[in-house]
Amino acid sequence: MTQPSRGGEYDVAVIGGGLVGSALAWGLARSGQKVAMLDEGDIAVRPSRGNFALVWVQGKGLGMAEYAGWTKQSSDDWSGFADLLREQTGLDVAYRRPGGFMPMLSEEDLQARANTMMRLHNQPDMIPYPYEVMDRETLRKELPFIGPDVVGGTYCPLDGHCNSLRLLRTLHKGIGLLGVDYRPNHRVESIEHRDGGFRMATAGGEVRAGKIVLAAGHDSARLAPMVGLSAPVRPQRGHVIVTEKTAPFLHHPTVYVRQTDEGGVMIGDSFEEVGFDTTLQPGVSSAIAQRAIRFFPLLGKLNVVRSWAALRVLTPDGFPIYEESTTAPGAFVATCHSGVTLAANHALTLAPLIAAGGLGDRFKPFSARRFHVPQAA
Amino acid sequence: MFRRLPEIETASSTVAFTIDGRPASARAGDSVAAALLANGVTVCRNTPVSGAARGPYCMMGVCFDCLVTIDGTGNRQGCQVRVAPGMAVETQNGKREVER
Amino acid sequence: MSAQGSKFDFDIAVVGSGPAGLAAAALAASKGASVVLLDEQAEPGGQIYRAVTETPVRDRKVLGPDYWHGAELLGPLRDSGATHWPGTTVWSVARPREDAADGSRPIQIGLSRNGAASMLTVRHVILATGALERPFPIPGWTLPGVLGAGAAQVLLKTSGLVPSGATVMAGSGPLLWLLAWQYLQAGARIDAILDTTPRENWRAALPLLPGFLRSPYLGKGMKLMLDVRRKLTVIGNVTSLRAESGLAGGKGGEGVLKSVVYTRNGTEHRLPADTLLLHHGVIPNLNLANATGCAQRWDEQQRCWRPTTDEWGATSVEGVSLAGDGAGIGGARAAEEAGRLTALDALYRLGRIGREQRDQSAAPFRAALDRALTGRAFLDTLYTPAEAFRVPADDTIVCRCEEVTAGAVREAVRLGCSGPNQAKSFLRCGMGPCQGRLCGPTVTEVIAAERNVSPAEVGYYRLRPPVKPITLAELAALPKTDADIDAVFKH
Repeated sequence: MTQPSRGGEYDVAVIGGGLVGSALAWGLARSGQKVAMLDEGDIAVRPSRGNFALVWVQGKGLGMAEYAGWTKQSSDDWSGFADLLREQTGLDVAYRRPGGFMPMLSEEDLQARANTMMRLHNQPDMIPYPYEVMDRETLRKELPFIGPDVVGGTYCPLDGHCNSLRLLRTLHKGIGLLGVDYRPNHRVESIEHRDGGFRMATAGGEVRAGKIVLAAGHDSARLAPMVGLSAPVRPQRGHVIVTEKTAPFLHHPTVYVRQTDEGGVMIGDSFEEVGFDTTLQPGVSSAIAQRAIRFFPLLGKLNVVRSWAALRVLTPDGFPIYEESTTAPGAFVATCHSGVTLAANHALTLAPLIAAGGLGDRFKPFSARRFHVPQAA
Repeated sequence: MFRRLPEIETASSTVAFTIDGRPASARAGDSVAAALLANGVTVCRNTPVSGAARGPYCMMGVCFDCLVTIDGTGNRQGCQVRVAPGMAVETQNGKREVER
Repeated sequence: MSAQGSKFDFDIAVVGSGPAGLAAAALAASKGASVVLLDEQAEPGGQIYRAVTETPVRDRKVLGPDYWHGAELLGPLRDSGATHWPGTTVWSVARPREDAADGSRPIQIGLSRNGAASMLTVRHVILATGALERPFPIPGWTLPGVLGAGAAQVLLKTSGLVPSGATVMAGSGPLLWLLAWQYLQAGARIDAILDTTPRENWRAALPLLPGFLRSPYLGKGMKLMLDVRRKLTVIGNVTSLRAESGLAGGKGGEGVLKSVVYTRNGTEHRLPADTLLLHHGVIPNLNLANATGCAQRWDEQQRCWRPTTDEWGATSVEGVSLAGDGAGIGGARAAEEAGRLTALDALYRLGRIGREQRDQSAAPFRAALDRALTGRAFLDTLYTPAEAFRVPADDTIVCRCEEVTAGAVREAVRLGCSGPNQAKSFLRCGMGPCQGRLCGPTVTEVIAAERNVSPAEVGYYRLRPPVKPITLAELAALPKTDADIDAVFKH
């Protein structure tokens, strides 16, 4: 880990050791590639350590039907993905797909939500999936602990969740077993495209590879222009609260509150445009706590044992960027804020394509060029 | 196992409370954790992770091993709460229940 | 002279009412600052003077004169006019990002009192959070019946409780000997003291002996140790320890302590034990300072992390100072003087006294602090725990809350975890309610040893508020700005 880089040649260097990077590294190594995964150290901006762990479908993709389809595909492949990981590493990432809820606190919000779901499904090229708009009484049959303020909600049977920290650990264990060379404390300073390959100057020495994948989250914004790509991502802060371990009582994940397989109740979240500041704001935590108690009043007596603020990796439209460089072929960028939901796709679909040499037409809508061309009149 | 120094046993006021429903007595000023130890109860819970038995360890509020249910509220730090007359102290088994 | 009428609740908040906090609050308030002393316990004294106002142990020779000195700190606090809020848990200290419009720099303190959370706004905060016992991870240290020696001392001070049945004490350091001596005075049973002080420490400590010979504690300490050695079975050169369970009592026949196994001169021995009291020194209780964002450094001599402070206790965070053992271990008398120095500097920073007055007033306290610290290096070196007791074998639990073993931490290092934060996310070590207090130092040292680098390079957990649990309902009841609410509801 601290030894100098061997300076060896790799088929692919994945830059970034979070959920996106490690899922891709896992998939690339499974496709027979010789892979290095370059990462920063113990303290770094790491959204993968701060996410909410939903494997979520409902409501995603309004404005880009391809993203809705991509998300649904990952959800459909997740169970098999979890099985593969378990067979390989012996670790269970606790993926469950009991169906998820988006509870609502006003009739107005519920109606708006129903409209959103309808508009989403009316998009051209949309691959439909089942969902329901539920009134309070129907919802209460599934979520018996809802409070009096909950008027109803939407439900989608495809929604689920996992243990995302264990997913990160499992992927790291998995890539180790597949022979990926994991290099922490190797922050990439610069990338040079030369002789059909790539040379990276890193904090731990030079690394060379035939192909590279930028999966560095926020840092991809800095790295992408070095290889003719663009990753216009910005940080958006979200607060999360976790309670003490509690006997299982909440059997479905909701967008705001879910019970983990370990027993803690995870409560989110917020949307703050404050740059790279992860300071906790007591008032924001308080608003999150208050809303959670309106959903589930019995949460009020539980002890909060941890809270944190993490930084979502957001593109201007919120959808992922997947793209290969035209000026430096072999350089790819993959960035999204749904590293958990899309992990199955990254490992099982995207990585094999990168290993085989190209993304193909399916990924054209995900190109960052959508942010550069003027909007059609 | 702990015992009270003899000169204290006689001089002090006692507090009646219950441990898992059984009557017990302590000295006014005892923490719940101290009161448990004084009553010969060294195990206050089984952990939510492996089910292993735990008892008071630090007695100063930092280790969270002396968690017990006090008057119906789970996961209270026994060493940080003073025993009170009529208090119902319960040892815990595994994870807290959300309704407690 | 008070902060009344302004948006500040108090000029200065002092967190913790051990010797440092008591002395700091009394001095600052006596000079006219409005001061609030916040403390988790019901009565002042901290751990060292725990229950000094109300201990049932009336025979003063049992707890000894050093303990009763604590009572002398209470009069000045009472006379100073400082506000004392016992039973108050501080779970957050933060400086808002922006200064107030008038240029003042408020500090916001999150606290919980009588089951309700609230925020307190002050100009300056002095953290006097004291020490906690250094984690002593041996196989079986989680068994009921195994306690810290400091914990046993709290039981003695607060409740007049002493061990009954077979009792073994194990470890090293002044507190272990003090407790044994107190037990002797009280007539408590101790079957054996297993001394784990590494023999080779004497060689390292010897050059520091001249300093220790000038220590005010030398005479007292030696007498106490000789007393204990004369009257009790002391087994030296113990190189390994293990607590073992039997099936007894309790619910469902779960394991509680039954015996202690130790190695001396390469041979294993077993002692029956109902109670095992472990101790090998104390370390700063730094969770609140860490979560406040105060920089900290690895202290090689004391083998612990300590927040970085200047000679006045000022931390890297403007408006936040640290006094006493929470800033590095110096003992109760040193903490008291440090508390006074920190208070003087806070008064100076608040514009209540000039620099000259600060420096002049500080002179006697600084001299007393130097005297109190005389010989500390000798004690630190002599009582540095052996590596085997800091960096345990694979099967030993290091994180008591999440039951993570040293072996699991080593495996995480082999997966590429270079520090405790990545290890925490992989293994959950440090994620339980104790928030790493009982595993942090061990996890750092295990990773450092496995990577063959210094603990300083490995680093420590990055902590976040709340540093003590509060209920979700308490959190929900805190004041919120429109921006806070919009951040959650509008997107």
